[in-house]
Amino acid sequence: MEVVLLALILVLAIFLGFELISKVPATLHTPLMSGANAISGITLVGALLAAGTGSATPALATWLGAGAVIFATVNVVGGYLVTDRMLGLFKQRAKPTDKEK
Amino acid sequence: MNPLHLKLYINAGYIVAAVLFILGLKLLSKPKTARTGNLLSALGMFVAVAVTLLSQEIVDWRTILICVAIGSVIGVLASRLVALTAMPQMVAVFNGLGGGASLLVAWVALFGSTHRFVAIAVVLSIVIGGVTFAGSGVAWGKLSAVLTSKPVLFLSQRFVNAALFLVLIGCAVLFVLEPAPTSYFLYAIIGVALILGILTVLPIGGADMPVVISLLNSYSGLAACAAGLAINNVILIVSGALVGAAGIILTNIMCKAMNRSLANVLFSGFGAQKTATKVVGQANPITPEDAYLILEAANSVTFVPGYGMAVAQAQHVVHELGTLLENRGADVTYAIHPVAGRMPGHMNVLLAEANVPYDQLLEMDDINPKMNTIDVAVVIGANDVVNPAAREDDGSPIYGMPIINVDAAKTVFVLKRSLASGFSGVDNPLFFNANTRMLFGDAKQSISALITEFKD
Repeated sequence: MEVVLLALILVLAIFLGFELISKVPATLHTPLMSGANAISGITLVGALLAAGTGSATPALATWLGAGAVIFATVNVVGGYLVTDRMLGLFKQRAKPTDKEK
Repeated sequence: MNPLHLKLYINAGYIVAAVLFILGLKLLSKPKTARTGNLLSALGMFVAVAVTLLSQEIVDWRTILICVAIGSVIGVLASRLVALTAMPQMVAVFNGLGGGASLLVAWVALFGSTHRFVAIAVVLSIVIGGVTFAGSGVAWGKLSAVLTSKPVLFLSQRFVNAALFLVLIGCAVLFVLEPAPTSYFLYAIIGVALILGILTVLPIGGADMPVVISLLNSYSGLAACAAGLAINNVILIVSGALVGAAGIILTNIMCKAMNRSLANVLFSGFGAQKTATKVVGQANPITPEDAYLILEAANSVTFVPGYGMAVAQAQHVVHELGTLLENRGADVTYAIHPVAGRMPGHMNVLLAEANVPYDQLLEMDDINPKMNTIDVAVVIGANDVVNPAAREDDGSPIYGMPIINVDAAKTVFVLKRSLASGFSGVDNPLFFNANTRMLFGDAKQSISALITEFKD
């Protein structure tokens, strides 16, 4: 049952992903990609669980987990910040009519 | 707190995070709301991490704090200091780290459980994560010119890849039959995955990088998703699948823009087989002074940038020239091919950096019907994406690829260092057309010279 449930969630999420992204203007392709990439840093959640178990697991597990935390944190922090930096550059043409509204 | 309640709170937090990711991605697809979308998505990540830290399995805070601090410092510095022209290689690095992290997470999962299902998920995550990690490393090398951007082909490459793939399957089966965190078969799987990652990206050339980057982006999501299956964590599965699907869509857009299948991009070094018709003719060079006279009289000008603009860092002077022309009453647009540059949307980011408003950027399908009304099309460091051979010469390796039809404009300026062929190694008949004028030299210097003419 558990496996079936996980599979169902997986399939629904994939469909949702397709629906969400299917209409994106070319201008936003790079920020979308780096923003999505930052989300894939969600593996940080798994990394935290792997690194924080302390003496419950062998030292090798903690070391691997620690590496995963560093990698994933760079991915998350860097990914979101750089996406924000890029999006901050995107500007619309200043139209006087817009300001009057 | 009651452990059952705690688990409930954590899962509720994951649902909030998933909703924020979904809303974030949705808002990211519109220019006006994109920045808010990214913030929402970051908030989702914060919630997910915060509730995870409540878990009772976590007892060792010191390791976590040190590692998060190290990762944050690197992330902040990288995102602030790296130039925007280096964005493709940076995205590649972040992708690779995400894939590497998922590989490690899956590996550690084996210390907790060696159930058959877990073992299968671990293999998936390690293979996808390993390919992403090593492949992104090679992509970084190619994009930052540490490695050659030409396709690296060696004989029996396909044979080697196929053999490695068989070894991988064999090791995977043997590992799943007897899973253990220190199994030699596991080490073999990791090793082969890394080698496969290197070998898959090495033969792919610079101009195909937009496809590779978005594919690796998709892989990093799928690796996280598989890691989620391994550690039975719903938020990893949902977010990873979202990113995986988004990456596949983007990859598909890139492939369509080159009229090639994904298999063709991945398995055939570009320009290796077909031979296009040799173009013979006389190119017409032009001086900045004469080009100025033509531009001055133009009512409509469109700029068509390519990777060469990024290399020459010419985006700021291009915008300056565009503004000068606009102030003289000309209609100025920028025509962007979907695969111009080295990653999806590369040109858009560079022009945004130079303060070009995004509504002045036109997509290929919007500009092509209007091209015959354009007085001057200025091609800056683009080649294959404006090559009429893609339309006319069915022997050409790029035949069938949709292009920006600059040759339909009344006059075409091509800013280029020399008459050398583009990345694909295909001659460009555009250079020899009667309405084409070649402005030889560095793109930035040529445009600066034009700006000087306008100011004098």
